[in-house]
Amino acid sequence: MTNVGTTVAEADPASSAVPLPRRRGIEFTLIVLAVLLSVYGYCAVGLAKDGNLPPGAAGYGAGLGVLALLAHIAVRLRAPCADPLLLPIGVLLNGLGLVLIYRLDLETPGDRAAPTQLVWSALGVTLFTVVVALLRDHRTLQRYAYVCVAAALALLILPIFFPAVNGARIWIRISGFSIQPGEFAKVLLAVFFAAYLAANRNALAYTGRRLWWFQLPTGRVLGPIVAVWLLNIGVLILERDLGTSLLFFGLFVVLLYVATGRTGWIAVGLVLASFGAVAVGWLEPHVHSRVEDWLHPFASIDAGQGPNQLAQSLFAFAAGGVLGTGLGLGHSILIGFATKSDFILATAGEELGFAGLSAIFLLYGLLVERGFRAGLALRDPFGRLLAVGLASIVALQVFVIAGGVTGLIPLTGMAMPFLAQGGSSVVTNWAIVALLIRVSDSARGQVDGGPAL
Amino acid sequence: MTKYIRHPAVLCALLLVALLVNAVRVQVFAARGFDDNPANRRSAIARYERPRGDILVGRERITGSRDTGEQLRYERTYRDGPLWAPVTGFSSQVYGTTFLEHAADPLLSGTDPLLTPFPLWNELTRRLTPGGDVVTTLDAAAQRAAFSGLRGRKGAVAAVDPSTGRILALVSTPSYDPAELSGNAAATGRAWARLNGDPDKPMLNRAIRQTYPPGSTFKVVTAAAALDAGVVTDLDAPTRSPVPYTLPGTTTALTNEGDGCEDAPVREAFEWSCNTVFAKLGVEVGVARMAATARAFGFNEGGLRVPFAVARSTFDTSVDRAQLALSSIGQYNTRATPLQMAMVSAAVADDGLLRRPYLVERTTTDDGNTVGTPGARSARQVMSPGTAMRMRELMEDVVTEGTGGNAAVPGAVVGGKTGTAQHGVGNSGTPYAWFVSWAQGERDVRPRVAVAVVVEDASAVRGEITGGGVAAPIARAVMEAVLRAPDR
Repeated sequence: MTNVGTTVAEADPASSAVPLPRRRGIEFTLIVLAVLLSVYGYCAVGLAKDGNLPPGAAGYGAGLGVLALLAHIAVRLRAPCADPLLLPIGVLLNGLGLVLIYRLDLETPGDRAAPTQLVWSALGVTLFTVVVALLRDHRTLQRYAYVCVAAALALLILPIFFPAVNGARIWIRISGFSIQPGEFAKVLLAVFFAAYLAANRNALAYTGRRLWWFQLPTGRVLGPIVAVWLLNIGVLILERDLGTSLLFFGLFVVLLYVATGRTGWIAVGLVLASFGAVAVGWLEPHVHSRVEDWLHPFASIDAGQGPNQLAQSLFAFAAGGVLGTGLGLGHSILIGFATKSDFILATAGEELGFAGLSAIFLLYGLLVERGFRAGLALRDPFGRLLAVGLASIVALQVFVIAGGVTGLIPLTGMAMPFLAQGGSSVVTNWAIVALLIRVSDSARGQVDGGPAL
Repeated sequence: MTKYIRHPAVLCALLLVALLVNAVRVQVFAARGFDDNPANRRSAIARYERPRGDILVGRERITGSRDTGEQLRYERTYRDGPLWAPVTGFSSQVYGTTFLEHAADPLLSGTDPLLTPFPLWNELTRRLTPGGDVVTTLDAAAQRAAFSGLRGRKGAVAAVDPSTGRILALVSTPSYDPAELSGNAAATGRAWARLNGDPDKPMLNRAIRQTYPPGSTFKVVTAAAALDAGVVTDLDAPTRSPVPYTLPGTTTALTNEGDGCEDAPVREAFEWSCNTVFAKLGVEVGVARMAATARAFGFNEGGLRVPFAVARSTFDTSVDRAQLALSSIGQYNTRATPLQMAMVSAAVADDGLLRRPYLVERTTTDDGNTVGTPGARSARQVMSPGTAMRMRELMEDVVTEGTGGNAAVPGAVVGGKTGTAQHGVGNSGTPYAWFVSWAQGERDVRPRVAVAVVVEDASAVRGEITGGGVAAPIARAVMEAVLRAPDR
């Protein structure tokens, strides 16, 4: 994986000016492939559904192509040493998501989500371009740690003032557009955690009292971050957004572990998580039913109420088998509500089969791996923690939702990064890729030389 | 710090592996079970994705398919639904299939492996095999004649070709339109509830699924048994039978509808349907030989399929002599489907040979290539040819001189037997009017058609309900329809 396209990059004239191969050529090639693959998928859906090429194929391809090109130019100009895989993966996943949503739109004539998603994707890529262009050095963010945490909390609290949608109070609706502020909070919180832990990691690791073999950090150091974290979790539980609270918990534990290197944090995290999970699973009826569904996905069928969403999702994956039914030829619309968002992976699983599904998983895996790689290559603790944090957000999110819809773990409502319908999610994920581009550029373009410590 | 970054990275890799392993579990190992789950609508969607093959009468398609554009895309349509319903049954997206729609379902729905010469290739190209067609043996004119003859009455008609066993007509009234059950809308559910709640049972296929006491039409069996057993050797010799006939071992006296039965010879007794003579005859033949003949005709034999199952007709073999006497005139526990009685008549018409009735002439692919001809099978000798010849004589006499005059077809040889079957508690129910017959046209080498008609509640004064009055005209209409058609 590490040597992908080395020879092409060496032939790239743009890279001759700096000692490290920049590999912008390979990035461009991969982006073109990603766009072509998406357009091919779009055409395949149209051909399968009514035997004709879909009328918007050219426009769709052009739109996606222009967006990708814009992002590529921004990277070429402002982050020339960035990892060449990050942007193509983003483009491919986003393009594939648009294809799947367009495909599901055909089954729901009253609800066209693909055009909206394309607008949000454009916004996301614009944000990507802005971040790559304006943020010259990721360490600048460290200074805004407290602004970030304040903004994150504000964003999290905001939906409380808006009516609940489908039982969860996580949306705000403004003139037809609905936004999920919690999505943006993920990135802001990752920045804050990274900045705070980078600044205080020694104090966290080496000061404080000893309790048996476990070294407790001082309250003064641990206090603020635990408070922020608890506040987040509290708000999320109020809003019944358990997926995001799980994500924040995981993010917190991982970053604490990476910052301090203390296995004890993992242990504490696991204990707390188990307690939390049992308590919530026991007390919260919504979660309790999710756990019941996970343990007995077909209980509602036996009870004569027909299959629930999880059962329908499993049926969809099973119907796909190894090679899938082919784009446009599955029936994952049977899942009903949330087919385009939480359950979008079921459509991929049914129509692209295990082959396509594992390809998608590997794309996410590659994205996460590239994030960790950037973290390893960087030398400043903030950058390292930020890269690890962003990669962990993607990894946890993919695992929680993919594990949920395939029956591996209890289902938790979350958006599949880039694939699922949801504007805030697409924009946030483009921001994550932008930040990863930025840190990878720093990691690979460190002119002051020397490997990371 | 590097080491501690590697650990979560390894954890993420493990999570990825877990997702992949679980995907293999769901999509490969557990997939078959999920696909077969009855709550999984995919098989239903796939089933209705293509138009169903059709059922044909001659060259006429009596079914069709309609593209609804819905999730369950193609819906069944029927032409003259009530007329053909006892044959086609229904094909419903909600309530499944019955009769031919059920028996030939794999072929009609396109899943029959015989339809695809290269199944693996179709699997690869994901091409759906179009459903095949089923060509029935029915004679449209005969079916229509029977249906209009029964109009407004409760009853059934079965007609077969004696020399082949092809079923020419299968009618049951009151009927229903199977098209009402095709879809999955709310109206379908209402129709289902209404049809099931109807006391007249319009969905009951009376021609093959309902058994009736055959009454005097069973005397054909009794007479055949008596002739074959040698109990009767001369049709015109007096039978030394009293009127009334006291059932053996009881004080119950059996009487007749008409006069002149005392000591009547078999020919006259058959013409005028003398209960006393045939009750006595049955007792003289004995239960063993009666049962053997009845069984040869098809009574007490389960598992007859045409290709859908036909109800078992019964002749009770554990009877005392009084019960045997009643059984021999088609009462007590003797019960028969109209199709069974048509078979009895057909065996007489075809020199004592009984052929298995069948309804499917051939099956074809959607472009007309023959897939199978499930029809004709070997015949079974029910009675000696000599007995059959004398039985034909007896039955012809019924039409020319006896109670079956209403069945006479000008220019054709017609044999028949009337029946009026008592039923209900203390015989209180309106009797069933029966008529079984066969007919041979002027230029025909052998009889072309055998018919059985039963009318349940003929709307006539009770005394006038006789097979000859009510059922024979319907049989005549059916026979005329068959004879009029050019020989096939």
